[in-house]
Amino acid sequence: MKKYDCVTTISYPKKGAMGKTGNWRVFKPILDKSKCVKCLRCWIFCPEATIIRNKDNSVDIDYDYCKGCGICADVCKVKAIKMEREGKRK
Amino acid sequence: MAIKDLPVEECYIPGSAACPGCPATMAMRTVFKAIGKKMVMIVPACCTAVIESLHPHTSFDIPTMNIAFEAAAAGASGVEAGLRKSGREDVTVVAWAGDGGTYDIGIQALSGALERNTNFIYICYNNQIYSNTGIQRSGATPYAAWTTTTVGGKTEFRKEMGEIIQAHHIPYSAQACSAYPEDLYKKVKKAKSIKGPKYIEIMAPCPPGWRFGMDKTVEMGTLAVETGAWALYEYENDKVTFNGKSKLILEGKIEPKPIENWIMYQGRFRHLFKPKKDVKRIKEIQDHVDKLWERYRSCYL
Amino acid sequence: MSSVMIDTGNYIAAKASVMCKPDVVAAYPITPQTTLVEGIANYVESGEFKGDYICVESEHSAMAACIGASSTGVRTFTGTSSHGLLLMHEMLHWAALSRLPIVMCNINRVIGPGWNIWSDENDSISQRDTGWLQFYCSSNQEIFDTIIQSFKIAEHAKVSLPIMISYNAFILSHTSMPVYVPDQKDIDAFLPKRIPQWKLDVDNPITFGNIILPHEYEKVRKDMQKSQEYTKKLIPEIAKEWKNKFGRFHGDLLEYYKCDGAEYILFSMGAIGAESKVAIDNLRKEGLKVGLARVRTFRPFPQEEILKLGKKADLIAIDRNISVGMEGALFTEIKGSLYGKSNAKVHGFIAGLGGKDVTFGDIEKMCKKAISGKKSDHQVWYGLEGV
Repeated sequence: MKKYDCVTTISYPKKGAMGKTGNWRVFKPILDKSKCVKCLRCWIFCPEATIIRNKDNSVDIDYDYCKGCGICADVCKVKAIKMEREGKRK
Repeated sequence: MAIKDLPVEECYIPGSAACPGCPATMAMRTVFKAIGKKMVMIVPACCTAVIESLHPHTSFDIPTMNIAFEAAAAGASGVEAGLRKSGREDVTVVAWAGDGGTYDIGIQALSGALERNTNFIYICYNNQIYSNTGIQRSGATPYAAWTTTTVGGKTEFRKEMGEIIQAHHIPYSAQACSAYPEDLYKKVKKAKSIKGPKYIEIMAPCPPGWRFGMDKTVEMGTLAVETGAWALYEYENDKVTFNGKSKLILEGKIEPKPIENWIMYQGRFRHLFKPKKDVKRIKEIQDHVDKLWERYRSCYL
Repeated sequence: MSSVMIDTGNYIAAKASVMCKPDVVAAYPITPQTTLVEGIANYVESGEFKGDYICVESEHSAMAACIGASSTGVRTFTGTSSHGLLLMHEMLHWAALSRLPIVMCNINRVIGPGWNIWSDENDSISQRDTGWLQFYCSSNQEIFDTIIQSFKIAEHAKVSLPIMISYNAFILSHTSMPVYVPDQKDIDAFLPKRIPQWKLDVDNPITFGNIILPHEYEKVRKDMQKSQEYTKKLIPEIAKEWKNKFGRFHGDLLEYYKCDGAEYILFSMGAIGAESKVAIDNLRKEGLKVGLARVRTFRPFPQEEILKLGKKADLIAIDRNISVGMEGALFTEIKGSLYGKSNAKVHGFIAGLGGKDVTFGDIEKMCKKAISGKKSDHQVWYGLEGV
């Protein structure tokens, strides 16, 4: 990534630009892989791109940045994802 | 085209300032997949300008230029010319604006850029309010909706931006919805393949703006289409083709769900149900949707 | 080698801009800038202008399009006047804060209502806070030379700020004068291709202009100030380089005329600056020791030069502008430059508002009033207060 020398509002790409947004969560998506049919609806609809699509089209969840909106659970047609209340903050 | 056929690459980087459940980032991910890394975005004042996160970082992995609220399309005209003169005609220029920067303050620049035949894709993600500044009404806000500046419910009906765009006779325009990613992907891919100005408007249900649970963004999008509140269609070479459920509704093959089925889930229409059901205004909303589809049928069937 | 072109300020400006080979021009017509953009359109047709000429739908969009183009790293030019300049006010700030070296001609025209197409300085002077550098020209030759010099100044790595070149409505924009036009190859040698300080690049994706916190924003403002301070050194260097290459010199930040031994120095801008030279000649013939320091750059404001002059003479300022509720800008800023460091008296006059004609005879009267010894306690409105 080339950095420019000019003093003006130039910003560079960074994961977690607003920090570990996983700490925004009140509810957490829990995935039951045995139910997952790899339709990828959760992957395409996740507004945060925190559903990780694996090569075999199975998915994993990036809990560092998942904001816990619950859309993945809502769009899953086989109810493989359930929203559970977050435990005590670490 | 199935969801699994959509490319894996992302331009959106997790950990942004977007609200949980945001339809804008949802749609942007699909739009990017249809265009790829050779994409430059011009973004006026809107939610996306905040979603980019704080300098010196950004949550977008493609060149993005912020510009003043009313100037997205004009800025895009300049970027397109500059890239072309630099020998980078392989780069797709995308203006990415909210309904405020498109229907209202930005309409002049948009109209000018379309008339000038600027080779770019103008994408309006429409959450039917000035969401970024705190849910004020816009020209896209539907009748009777609560906003912070229409506290008793908006007294006017929204603009038909799709029809205004068609009057510019550009090569391609379309209406899409964040709840239908395959449809959106196809439309963006189509737009990318055409030279000249293209316009795509994406219905983007906003959880804090419309007052519904943040997990229901996709459902609100599908209901918008299923009730006929929003039509999915394409305009190309002066011909309009409806898509998916909208096509079936147009052809009378399915009945649109009553509009009540959409508005009853949104807190912005709560005053039409509590403390007493406002039968008159709900009927006015339904009549307006019915009339809209009558007009669609007379023009496009 | 050069040729001679006899034409109006606008057509001369069009020629100069085209010879700088901008890649994008985005402009909207407004009287009396119209013949500038029409001049460029003629060069599009003849093929001499190979850039992209975007006929935008408003001046706000003109500057927005210039900003868009300049962000991709290409050389950009435009022109406007009066209401057009005011309409793009927001984007003037935007361009300067974006550190984009856009060059723009502004034809100084009166602001309405009522509609008035004659000349005064209120349009450009009211934009002096935007961060743009500001040049004021007093001849068509100066317009030509300044446009080319401005691209070099603006695009310098230590500057990277936009530049506004103002000249008077009709008095210059629509008046023909002979102008020496250098060969294209000599201009190319003087002004090489732009090297952008940042750009939109798919191979290096940045976001430009997102949310910035207070302490970071302050740094942006400080750096803009630093760059304009640097131009106080750079502008004379480039003027000198131009003089060496092409034989013409219109001054650095100021153009001095008969200042040796002067007891009074007159400051004026634009066409009044040109007329002032005739007035100075006449006053000198009468034995009055008055010299002229024509203000060529209003931004950066030549504070140090003014202080030097104030050490040896009293000063006279003629403003063709007024900041209602205060004074004309030149008068205020000259006094500000002297504060605490000089005992020089400063006499201020307001003349030519609304495009009222200001002749060398008028200027002589104003100087004589200043020299008469009775200093006014405010800026004198010439023609309205018994002078």
